[in-house]
Amino acid sequence: MEKVEILEGSMAVALAVKACKPGVISAYPISPQTHIVEVLAKMVADGELNSQYVLSDSEFSAASIVYGASAAGVRSYTASSSQGLLLMTEVIYNAAGTRLPMVLTGVNRALSAPISIQVDHQDTLSLRDSGLIQFYVESAQEAYDMHIQAFRIAEDPDILLPVMICMDGWVLTHSYEPVELIGQKAIDAFLPPYRPVHCLDPEHPLTFGSYAEDDVLMELKYMIQGAMEKAKVKIEEIASDFHRITGHPGATLVEAYETEKAEVILIGMGSLVGTMKEAIDAMRSDGISVGLMKVCSHRPFPAEAILDCCQKAQAIAVLDRGFSMGSEGPLSLDVKAALSNLERPRIFSFIAGLAGREITTETIRKITMETMKAAKSRRVVRGSQWVDLNRSIL
Amino acid sequence: MVPRKDEQELFAPGHRACPGCGEAIATRWILKATGANVIIVSPTGCLETFSSPYMFSPWRVPWVHPLFENGAAVASGIEAALRYKGRSDIRVVVIGGDGATFDIGMGGLSGMFERGHPVPYICYDNEAYMNTGVQRCSSTPLFASTTTQPAGRKSWGKDRPKKNMPAIAMAHDIDYVATASVSYPKDLHDKVEKALTMEGPSYIQVHTPCCTGWGFPPEKTIEIGRLAVNTGLAPLFEMEAGEVTSVHRIGERVPVEEYLMAQSRFKHLMGSEEGRREVEKIQRVADQNIERMGLL
Repeated sequence: MEKVEILEGSMAVALAVKACKPGVISAYPISPQTHIVEVLAKMVADGELNSQYVLSDSEFSAASIVYGASAAGVRSYTASSSQGLLLMTEVIYNAAGTRLPMVLTGVNRALSAPISIQVDHQDTLSLRDSGLIQFYVESAQEAYDMHIQAFRIAEDPDILLPVMICMDGWVLTHSYEPVELIGQKAIDAFLPPYRPVHCLDPEHPLTFGSYAEDDVLMELKYMIQGAMEKAKVKIEEIASDFHRITGHPGATLVEAYETEKAEVILIGMGSLVGTMKEAIDAMRSDGISVGLMKVCSHRPFPAEAILDCCQKAQAIAVLDRGFSMGSEGPLSLDVKAALSNLERPRIFSFIAGLAGREITTETIRKITMETMKAAKSRRVVRGSQWVDLNRSIL
Repeated sequence: MVPRKDEQELFAPGHRACPGCGEAIATRWILKATGANVIIVSPTGCLETFSSPYMFSPWRVPWVHPLFENGAAVASGIEAALRYKGRSDIRVVVIGGDGATFDIGMGGLSGMFERGHPVPYICYDNEAYMNTGVQRCSSTPLFASTTTQPAGRKSWGKDRPKKNMPAIAMAHDIDYVATASVSYPKDLHDKVEKALTMEGPSYIQVHTPCCTGWGFPPEKTIEIGRLAVNTGLAPLFEMEAGEVTSVHRIGERVPVEEYLMAQSRFKHLMGSEEGRREVEKIQRVADQNIERMGLL
C-alpha cells in the first residue's frame, strides 16, 4: 500500500532501513547523522524493528561491528558523517577487500580543520577509492528509494561490496518533504531475506581475511574492479526490478536533464542538483542552451554514460563540493578522464558550496556564463575556479 | 586431560610459526577448550600472519582476521548477528596479541566489555610487537630491551612497568578475568572452558614466551614460561566479581635473575653494579606480585 507522508529526510531513511529488516544495526552519534540512528533506536525500543542495535564506542567500532555481522551472514547497516566517516575508512577498505556487503548512509558534512557541521562532499569523496559503491541523492524520496535498492545491490552475489548512500547533511536530513512510501509486501517481494554466499559458520568453517602477497593481491584487487564494472549493469537490472515491483523510479547511474543539443552541460551531485535544474529552466526560457548531467553513481563512475551524453556539447562545467588538495575538484577529474580522448567539449572545474555556503540559481547562471565565455576563448584554463571567494579574507 | 590420539586438532599443524612459538602452542590448547562450535576472531599480529597465507589455513573452525585494532568490535558484531539468528549456541572467541589488546585495540575492547557481549577475549602476551620485529608495547616488562626502546649507554630499555591489563579488564565489572601461561596448558584449557560458561564478557591473558623476540633457544619456551610464573613476574590467577578467587601457588620463590639471565632482552642488566641495582627493581616487581596475590 502506497502512501504519501510529509517526512523529515532522516525519518524517510529510517523507514527505508526498517523496511529492509537488517539483523544488525550499529552506530555512533555525529551531527547531522543523529536523527537517522535515533529514530532506528526508538523503533527497536518500541518493538517495531527486530534488529540487534549495537551502541558502539566509536565510528571505527560501529563499522567493525557491522563488518562482523556481515561476516556472520546477517544484513547490516550503519550511518555516519564527516570525521566519523574518516574514522570508518580503514574498516570500509577492509570490508570491500573481504567482499562483505553492508549499507551505510554517508550524511555529508565538511571535514576538520576548521571544524564545521555544515554540508559539503569532502567526507564521502575521500572514500571513493576504497571499493565502496557510492550514490549521491537529490531528495528525501531518492534517499528512501535508494536505501531499499542499496541492500539488493550490496548483497548481489556478483557484487558483494559495501554500498553508501550519500545525502547532504541538514539540507536533506533535517528538512521535510512529501515522500511516497512503499508497502512492506512490495519491499519484501523486491528484497528477500539475505542469503550470504559465504559466512562464518562452524558447519562449513572458512578462513576470512588472509594474508596475501604479490602472487594474489593484484588479482584480488582487480576482482573488486571487476565487480564495480559488473555493478554498472546489475544496478540497472535491480532498478528495473524495483520499478516493476514498487512503481517507483529505479536507480540510475546518471540522470540527464535538458542535455539534448545543449551547448553547455553542467555536472553535479546531491541536493545541489535541484537548484541547478531550477537555474537551467530559467536560463532555457532566456534562450541559453544549457543542460545538466546529474551523477547518481559516483562509484562505479559512469564514464560511458557521461561520454554518450556530453560528447556533442561545446563545454562542460563540473561543480564540486569538495577538493583534492594539490590537484582539483575530484568529480571534475573523473569527468575529464571520461572525455579525455575528445577534442571537445572543453571541461571547466568549479568549487562551490563548501561547509554549506549557499549556491543559488544566480551562482549557477554565473558559472554557466563563465563557461560559455571560456569555451569561446582560446585561453587555457588549468585547475579549478573557486566560486565567490571572499578575497578580503585571503 | 591428555587429548585422545584420534581427536582432530582444530588448529592443525603445518602453519608457519617459528619453531618454539609459545602462542601457536597456546592457540592449539585454546581450541581444545572451545571445541568446534566456535568462531575465532584474530586481530592483526603474529598469529594472523603465520596462520593465514592466502590459500592455506590451519583453522578447522571459522576464523576471521579483520584489522589490528578491531578484534573486540568485530567479535561484538558477530555475536550480535548470532543472537539475531537465534544461534547463541555458537560461541565467539577473540585470540589477539598484546599489541592489539594493550595498545591499539584497547578502546574497542573496553567498548565490548561495557556492552556485555558474552565473548571471551584471549590475549596471547609475548610482551612486544613481535610480528614487526620486537618493538616496545605497553605490555613490555620493565627494563626489557626492544628495537624501539633499546638498551644503550643512556637506556636500560623499557623505562615503565608493564601495563596492568587484567586490572583494567576487571574495572569494567566483567564476569571473569584470568591469567594463564602456555607452560601450564591444563590450567589454560580449564580457564578458557570456564570463560565460556560466563553470561557476559571475560578476559584471559596468556603469557606466551617468544624465543626470537626474547632471545632464548626454541626448545626452552616452556621452561622460560615456567620461570616467569615461578619468579612471580607472571602470576597466574582468576578473578570473579572483582575478587581474586584462585591463584597458582609457586611454593618457593625463584630469584628473577634466573629468569632474566636466560634471555638476551635482559642481558644488558648482567655483569655490572648498575645493572644489579636495576635487577633489584625487577625483583621488587616480582615480590610485590607474590605479596599482593599470595602466591607462596
